[in-house]
Amino acid sequence: MKPLLSVRNLSTRFDTFDGSVYAVNDVSFDLKAGETLAVVGESGSGKSVTMLSLLGLLPRSTWVTGSAIFAPEGFELDLLSVSKAELNSLRGNKISIIFQDALRSLNPVMTVGEQITESLITHHQYNKNGAHKRAVELLEMVGIAQPDKRYYAYPHMFSGGMRQRAMIAIAISCTPDILIADEPTTALDVTIQAQIVELTRRLQQDLGIAVIWITHDLGVVAGLADRVMVMYGGTGVEIAPVDLLYENPGHPYTAGLLGAIPSIAGSSADRLVSIEGAPPDLFQEPRHCQFAWRCRYVFDRCWKEKPPGYIISPGQVVKCFYDGREKTPRVEE
Amino acid sequence: MLRYLLSRLISSAALLLGVLFLVFMLLHLTGDPVSLMVSRYASPEDIEALREELGFNRPLLVQFGDFLSGAFQGDFGSSFRYRQPAMDLVLQRIPATIELASVALLMAILMGVTIGILGGSNPNTILDSIARGIGLLGQTIPTFWLGLILIIIFSLRLGWFPSFGRETFTFLGLTLPDQSIVLPAFALSLFTTGQLARFTRSAVMEVMNEDYVTTARSKGLKKKRIYFKYILKNSAIPLISIIGVQFSYLLSGSIYIETIFSWPGLGSLLAEAVGTRDFFLVQATAFFTSLVVIGLHLLTDLVYVLVDPRIRYR
Amino acid sequence: MITMKEQRNENNKNDLTGLLIDEESDRNIRARLWYIWRLLWRDKSGLIGLIVFLVIIFSAIFAPMLAPHDPLKIDLHASRQPPIWTEAGNPEHILGTDNLGRDLFSRIIYGSRVSIMVGFLGVSIAFSLGMMIGLFAGFKGGRTDNLIMTVTNMILALPYLVFVVFIAAVLGRSLLNVVLIFGLTNIPIFVRVTRGEVLRLREEGYIEAAISIGQKTPAIIFKHIMPNLIGPLITLATFEMSAMIFYEAGLGFLGLSVPPTVPSWGNMLAEGRQFLTVFPWMSIYPGLAIVITGFSMNLFGDWLRDVLDPRMRRMKK
Repeated sequence: MKPLLSVRNLSTRFDTFDGSVYAVNDVSFDLKAGETLAVVGESGSGKSVTMLSLLGLLPRSTWVTGSAIFAPEGFELDLLSVSKAELNSLRGNKISIIFQDALRSLNPVMTVGEQITESLITHHQYNKNGAHKRAVELLEMVGIAQPDKRYYAYPHMFSGGMRQRAMIAIAISCTPDILIADEPTTALDVTIQAQIVELTRRLQQDLGIAVIWITHDLGVVAGLADRVMVMYGGTGVEIAPVDLLYENPGHPYTAGLLGAIPSIAGSSADRLVSIEGAPPDLFQEPRHCQFAWRCRYVFDRCWKEKPPGYIISPGQVVKCFYDGREKTPRVEE
Repeated sequence: MLRYLLSRLISSAALLLGVLFLVFMLLHLTGDPVSLMVSRYASPEDIEALREELGFNRPLLVQFGDFLSGAFQGDFGSSFRYRQPAMDLVLQRIPATIELASVALLMAILMGVTIGILGGSNPNTILDSIARGIGLLGQTIPTFWLGLILIIIFSLRLGWFPSFGRETFTFLGLTLPDQSIVLPAFALSLFTTGQLARFTRSAVMEVMNEDYVTTARSKGLKKKRIYFKYILKNSAIPLISIIGVQFSYLLSGSIYIETIFSWPGLGSLLAEAVGTRDFFLVQATAFFTSLVVIGLHLLTDLVYVLVDPRIRYR
Repeated sequence: MITMKEQRNENNKNDLTGLLIDEESDRNIRARLWYIWRLLWRDKSGLIGLIVFLVIIFSAIFAPMLAPHDPLKIDLHASRQPPIWTEAGNPEHILGTDNLGRDLFSRIIYGSRVSIMVGFLGVSIAFSLGMMIGLFAGFKGGRTDNLIMTVTNMILALPYLVFVVFIAAVLGRSLLNVVLIFGLTNIPIFVRVTRGEVLRLREEGYIEAAISIGQKTPAIIFKHIMPNLIGPLITLATFEMSAMIFYEAGLGFLGLSVPPTVPSWGNMLAEGRQFLTVFPWMSIYPGLAIVITGFSMNLFGDWLRDVLDPRMRRMKK
């Protein structure tokens, strides 16, 4: 079956006062209809920028290359080469996104209700009354009490969790094919986090939406995702089904990340592993493995070329020259 | 809301009391207010007589008490030159100044806000450079010099506008100024135009970088809607307070412009009073200008509360 | 979005703020100067502003050597001469002469002395006193802070120009009075900025840490607060200085600044205004001097603010 979204060799570069920033380098992944893909990495690894690039939401002095074939039922197009108007008609309609900081992501001088109706009116030709009715339904769907009253509230009158629910209501208002969740729970406390995760899962099942869930928290990923992409230094260093990734990480960075999760059930022998060194300098155009600076298995080849994707087991792709299972550098067949 | 209103009213009243104290103390700054008021040819007997007459030989506290009770009745003493109560003179002159400042503010808003919006929404373009340029010009061209230059060009050379005075005509029962207001109002407005251009530009630029604008774009909204409902609406709120402050600048700045253009307002009255050492008149003018400015600040705050939903419900 | 912001912070590691708060400041001073120069060179307007301002200071200091004539020398035979490029211009007097035959160009050069002096001394007074009071208020907190800020905000809420005119009229015309007036009346704005920065900085982790391990307040102020304060205060000082130069000229224009015998730009404008209809150049050139000074200081100030305040940093193509 054809994937819903197929991203190939996506690279994004910003030109700033101090020089070019190579934020995303050669990222490729597929997203199937209805599945959940988690994108994991530390801050600055290019997770958000990747998604914003796909939606064309980055500022003007940005260069995006590669392709992203979006193929829902009925049509097929490349997100990175369609016209601005066409992309705009997809945003909020077929593909929508929610952000980390819901307070800053909602217009402070517009009622929450009106902000929900906006996509409906723009994309689905609702009239004002119809959009109002639908917005109240959506507020109820995302679990906001007294939705007909809350429709008229301003964002600052909501709690953090409610704001994120309202953001979700906006995002699903047109029943999109893809929902991108850009760290939507990071700013919330743990109980609310769980509620939001649960809400997203329920809506996803009810509406059949594919979700890309961006996070830096591998703990959230386990119960949520079908597959995981791990990003480092602007590159997707490993993609794998979630069980495979946890059982058998293929990239030294993934292994390091997994070692860094504190486990309540773990014995005292499970020491917290921290990865040494600092994230890479994104001002340099990458010509070698970005993890080489911090990798404990690094050898000369890692400094000479960028590792291609090696398929090490079904559905598991790793960009690394070192074979963790054989404890040797990989040999080219 | 009511509590906020009340607390603002009380602090404004306290501020006015402070102003009265200041206005009183400034006259006593050199220790001998009478010597400030008389000409240097006055004989010691005359000075002593005047001191007696104005009560400056009494203890300072008693004088202040007297001054306060007078001030509460609107009595700031009489102008030496006009032989009239100082406050009456001030009240006669204020409409002309309000008129001048209002026209100047209107000009500044029309020009400054427009240029600022255009510049801010098109960063790094020619429009942006123009907005920055106007902002800089407003800040670097002194009002008093601009007034002189405008007279040289538009009155003396081209003869388009009168170089001094205030002429009026009556329309629908209203007394309105004719073209004699154009030059003084324009000269007065340039600083404010610059400030508004600068401020609007940066407000718009800042709002454009807000996350909620990205959200709006991610919703696939039409450009026009994002522009008006998200960018302009949010930039407009901080502008309100700036406009309030600017109006008080215009009121004070009128001292130069009214002097240059012989505009019969509060500013020229103050300049004249200072020149003729008519200090009761100076006191009355300073107090009244402060009163208007403080009232304006109060009004601005209230409008702000009404416009910004984030404050209303706090 | 989050990454973008982090990226920006990343970039700012290299800018001037980073330089100022770095503790090992003498390690590579040359590299820092080089970086400042690079920033200046990239944003030409800041460089132009700085150069023009330095030229004005230079001419104020070396006025006796630069001025072709004695600015006070009255020569009634040569009075009211137009500038050199007009038909009746006299090559002796580049910008012409005033009503009493004094050389306008020389008077403008000497006039810069009053402006620069008032600006420098006034800002020095306001800066030092304002910073001390602001630091005191910010650190003391509580009732002291409340009182200081109430008074500060009260003064800032008044119509500034009206009160300056009032005070100047009471005190009388002298350079010292003018310097004192501007120095003292500008304290509040420095107090407000300093205190605001102190309150902001006290929330920063490293200062909280310094307080919690029991470092003495003076040590915290000198080691951690001061270096961070300098940026915003210097920017403010630049703008305040240009504002004072304006206000001084304005007072001169109203006949309230330095004595009429002293050549200052404001006094020259006031004299020129009386002959506006017949000899407009007497008003044009002193005003132009004010404009150029203000222009250069504002260009430089804008540049300083952009460099010292990373939040104002804009993306460049």
